[in-house]
Amino acid sequence: MKMLTIVSSGYRATIEEQDDTIVWLTHCLRNAGADTDMLLLGAAANYPVSGQSIIPVCIGGREQRHSPEIHSQVAAFASNGSKVMVLSNDLEDRSIDRRRLLQQVVVVDSSDLPELLSAYDQVWHW
Amino acid sequence: MSKAKTICFALMDPPFEASRTTTALRAIDAALRLGVNVNVFAYEGAVMLPFRHQQPHSNPVHGRDTQEEDHPLPREWVAGLIRTASERGLNFEWVNCGMCVDERGAGDAIDGILRGAPADLWRLASASDNTLIVPTA
Repeated sequence: MKMLTIVSSGYRATIEEQDDTIVWLTHCLRNAGADTDMLLLGAAANYPVSGQSIIPVCIGGREQRHSPEIHSQVAAFASNGSKVMVLSNDLEDRSIDRRRLLQQVVVVDSSDLPELLSAYDQVWHW
Repeated sequence: MSKAKTICFALMDPPFEASRTTTALRAIDAALRLGVNVNVFAYEGAVMLPFRHQQPHSNPVHGRDTQEEDHPLPREWVAGLIRTASERGLNFEWVNCGMCVDERGAGDAIDGILRGAPADLWRLASASDNTLIVPTA
């Protein structure tokens, strides 16, 4: 079963969880045998942008030492042969320079989505 | 073993927060009443849906005491789904993500709820005819 995971809610609880829970979950599923690619929509299109850093959050004197490194999460996912895609519109809307994206990321146009989605047995939209 | 079709749901919202959850539980109920086996993987806040210690409360604004208010509890809905599946001879498997349970202290779930790992979502989905993801917005 070929599956496409769509992450359309960027930076959802990433501080509390120290990662993006869907990118993490998808990684787990692939390790369990799932054949899956990933499409990052909306704010999640920023995930593959290099040079991100987060100052540790400190609340009530409790410092969160391990900040989420979602860029590294996506890079690790892409390094094992799974495809990671973003929409050109999302990059343009956010003035994201394509040269700052991970090299493995594929930029697709929204007009390509029908053909793209039909290539998968299941599409999981998170 | 039932030969009916099987659908898998992945739920993510905590109880009492989003109408998506109520809609998803209604869809699960409808599936069972149509004779469809159901697999559920509860991720993140959704592991609180079958939490045993949910309690109803009175509502002074409504002018009703606890009994009159009859506040709906997701744990009772989940228990009802388990009961419905059993009465109809259908398979119903609800797996709570164990790590999500631990970070929320949600270990005390109603009877019939399984504790699992992320890989269980893949197992449940692979054993189903299709999967519906109901994510937190």
